[in-house]
Amino acid sequence: MMRLRILAAVGLAAVLATTLSCGSKGSQKEILIGEYGSLTGGVATFGISTKNGSELAFDDINQKGGILGQKIKLLVEDDQSKPEEAGTVVNKLIHQDHVVAMLGHVVSSHSLAAAPICQAEKIPMISPSSTNPRVTQVGNYIFRVCFLDTFQGAVMAKFAYDTLNVKKVAILVDVRSDYSVGLQTFFGQAFKKLGGTIVTEQSYSQGDSDFRAQLTAIKGSNPEAIYVPGYYTEVGTIVHQARELGITAVFLGSDGWDSPKLWEIGGTALNGSYFSNHYATDDPSPVVQKFINDYKAKYGQMPDALAALGYDAARIMADAMTRAGSTDGAKVRDKIAETKDFPGVTGSITINADRNAVKTAVIVKVENGKYLLTESIKPDAVKP
Amino acid sequence: MKGLLAAGAVIAMLLLVNGLLSGGLLPGVSMSPYILQVLCLAGINITLAVSLNLINGFTGQFSIGHAGFMAIGAYSGAYFTVTFGDRLRSIFALLPEFGRESVVLLVALSIGAVLAAIAGFFVGVPSLRLRGDYLAIVTLGFGEIIRVFILNIDAVGGARGYGGIPKLANFFWIYFFAAATILVVYRIVHSSFGRTLVAIREDEIAAEAMGVHTTRAKVISFVVSSAMAGVAGGLFAHYLMYVHTNSFSFLRSFEIIIMIVIGGLGSISGSVLGAVLFISLTEGLREFAQYRMVLFSLMLIVLMIVRPQGILGHKEFVTFLTKRRRPIGGAPGTTGT
Amino acid sequence: MTTFLQQLVNGLSLGSIYALIALGYTMVYGVLRLINFAHGDVYMVGAYVGYFLSRRLQGGGPSLVSALLVMLGSMIACALLGILIERLAYRPVRREARLTLLITAIGVSLFIENVAQLVFGADPKFFPSLAPRADFIVAGVRLTSEQITVIVVSFLLMLLLRFFIMKTRTGKAMRAVSFSLDAARLMGISTDWIISVTFALGSALAAAAGVLIGMQIPKIDPLMGIMYGLKAFVAAVLGGIGSIPGAVLGGLLIGTSEVMVVGYLSSTYREAIAFGILILVLILRPQGLLGRVQKEKV
Repeated sequence: MMRLRILAAVGLAAVLATTLSCGSKGSQKEILIGEYGSLTGGVATFGISTKNGSELAFDDINQKGGILGQKIKLLVEDDQSKPEEAGTVVNKLIHQDHVVAMLGHVVSSHSLAAAPICQAEKIPMISPSSTNPRVTQVGNYIFRVCFLDTFQGAVMAKFAYDTLNVKKVAILVDVRSDYSVGLQTFFGQAFKKLGGTIVTEQSYSQGDSDFRAQLTAIKGSNPEAIYVPGYYTEVGTIVHQARELGITAVFLGSDGWDSPKLWEIGGTALNGSYFSNHYATDDPSPVVQKFINDYKAKYGQMPDALAALGYDAARIMADAMTRAGSTDGAKVRDKIAETKDFPGVTGSITINADRNAVKTAVIVKVENGKYLLTESIKPDAVKP
Repeated sequence: MKGLLAAGAVIAMLLLVNGLLSGGLLPGVSMSPYILQVLCLAGINITLAVSLNLINGFTGQFSIGHAGFMAIGAYSGAYFTVTFGDRLRSIFALLPEFGRESVVLLVALSIGAVLAAIAGFFVGVPSLRLRGDYLAIVTLGFGEIIRVFILNIDAVGGARGYGGIPKLANFFWIYFFAAATILVVYRIVHSSFGRTLVAIREDEIAAEAMGVHTTRAKVISFVVSSAMAGVAGGLFAHYLMYVHTNSFSFLRSFEIIIMIVIGGLGSISGSVLGAVLFISLTEGLREFAQYRMVLFSLMLIVLMIVRPQGILGHKEFVTFLTKRRRPIGGAPGTTGT
Repeated sequence: MTTFLQQLVNGLSLGSIYALIALGYTMVYGVLRLINFAHGDVYMVGAYVGYFLSRRLQGGGPSLVSALLVMLGSMIACALLGILIERLAYRPVRREARLTLLITAIGVSLFIENVAQLVFGADPKFFPSLAPRADFIVAGVRLTSEQITVIVVSFLLMLLLRFFIMKTRTGKAMRAVSFSLDAARLMGISTDWIISVTFALGSALAAAAGVLIGMQIPKIDPLMGIMYGLKAFVAAVLGGIGSIPGAVLGGLLIGTSEVMVVGYLSSTYREAIAFGILILVLILRPQGLLGRVQKEKV
């Protein structure tokens, strides 16, 4: 009996100690900016790339003296590719670590989970690559530096119809993702308006690994192309299994494909596929090439679009703070909203009245592990 | 009369604590919102653990589908608030803000509880005819089916999650319902109906032979337990402002099982202890999140080998303090053949 | 029509995997009346062992021999794992209440999953190609070499198992133990040894399933055992828990219905199918399709 009581007391003491020991990080002389991303799980490369891009940007800025006389410290939290964790880690960053601004997320569902929290707490949030329109509709503290899916869907529709001359497309959508479902709608609308037909729509869930049932159904409907607006882990497996089932149709995708792991998973099955993206690594522009060299020097690999967007988002956040002359949420928010013609790696960035960026999209072709620039499509070329 | 006074005292104390914690009472004195969140999640866990213990610990029916009822309570309550909350608020425009929000919350929670109870009935009736391990798997299955169906309802966000729920739950309401759950389970257990449940747990065939309506008793216990899980779910949704079916998978059910097993099946204070321990370790080990579940599962295995009745077994915390009360159900669980 | 036949083939190859895993569940339940929750995770470990082995052997290029070696290696490793689990976690609590056993099983399952996440990393890995690829087209239906391998190997293993159970002394001892543990012991059978053999066999089959799935899909991750394990358990119950042909039948049925629902209806109901079938079976015919009714003794 006594033993049990001692045990219980010790246990409780240990538990209390661990709970109370979690204090906040960062000293007074730094500007704390939070970033939430998926560093582990099915979309891990997105989080890691974005983090690398932001870190590169802030390191550059810190080396030149920082902003407002202080260095920037980036605090990154992992939500394990789970949307419900996004809210939890954002809460922790805001309330426990006392960050003054937030960067994140790549995945639209996670951004949608966390944005209301940032909005309520008046912490300006810039999403580097969430493309679903609803994200910035949450409130006036939420911004993004990438294009919208209404545009992205229309871009691929135009490319498929006009350039590839494809009139019959099947869609395989990830119902677990706002992003995927959104693109399914926007692509479908745009493609039909151009005169094409969607022969069938099948679905899967993020995390699935067996797509043969859906692919067999798609094969039966004889499409000329298959649009898979999903994330790289499933996409790679899907295309791999499709080729095994004897499907020869061309595969089309979206920026969720952009990951060094895509080729590792899908392999040669991916040759000849196309996807829409924010930038291409063989873009000869000097801004892009300098970024690629810096990134390769620091991280030893080619930066994907997520890294580039992470880089741009971080720089815009720092730039807004400099222009505002303070880290006060409301002031920074106003200055982000006024961003005009910012020279980003992913193009010239202007934040419009809806807190979105209006930019050019590129179509890249997958060929032997490389993503080759095939076409650039400007916003006015496409009327969504 | 004594009961009412005690209840009043508890409520007053909770209100006081709530005021202090949120900084409403003494300006400048408030707790870090992060710690407050941990406390609130602990309160919800207490409700879940104690309600599950009614069916698993006291009635001896092993249900692993609790998360499903939590999900029903969460989603239905959230849907009500998001869709009808404003209308309701305007009806009660005369009340102060706190009052109006509480009304909406209470209605949402009631709806959640009722729907969860109905679900509990429909799950319980077919399942509770089965024995131990089959019952476990069937309840697991029902929990998953509920989750999959909610996943397919587009009106509540489907696979993308349901957000935009106003934060109506606070420390006061969470602990109010935690206390209420403890009270309800305590009263049930110390009644003659409670003795029926324990009789079923100890030897169902003998109880049946003694004239106990075992299926009816089991179903009632199951329905009550599910209703309380529904309330916990509703509080969960109105606190985190965003719900996703991922939070209501069988892993959640397993977590609640871990809580009550560690604390002691058949002990209310054990469940409270288990819930508190669980959330403290979870948050305390957030830095080492990947070791958390390894630790918990190892604890579970070792516990089953060394002390299967959990920390408190069938005894309540008061037994250690007063040494006067007899534990419900006698000595810790008998072995089955 | 070709689509339907193709889906049928898909269903059969998926069902064979479920069948292999279900066999392990059914055998262990037969001798111990325990639902070995950790069985699905043994399947996962089998896939990973296969993954690491095939990476080692990759130098020689895809060949039937290396595929066989990988599978054998994985089966042996998991047989040992199964024996270890039984010895360390289940034997100490064997005489305890059913509930305790169940909780222990859940604990072991969670433990293996989370250790795997730590050791292997939570990100999915991708099986390299093992056997040489060759497709056959029969009546417009495409049979990939992977699918053929899965169906043929599963079938062979199941036949081997049946032979072992029916025609060998150890097999007879296993049947005796599943009938009545105490009576078997009174007859001089070393029950501990038989139980270990049961676990070893079941785990080996699960490992084979893991390698086969790896060759087919080819994605593996530490949590893959959960869903496959649960559905395989449903298959065992559907066929009649404790019945070996039942497990095979159940597996094939579950696999085929799942593929049909996903192909013709919607993939979002995929998980619900297996559980829906489970509930129907337990309500309407709890002993399963091929099982015997068990009377509960006082």
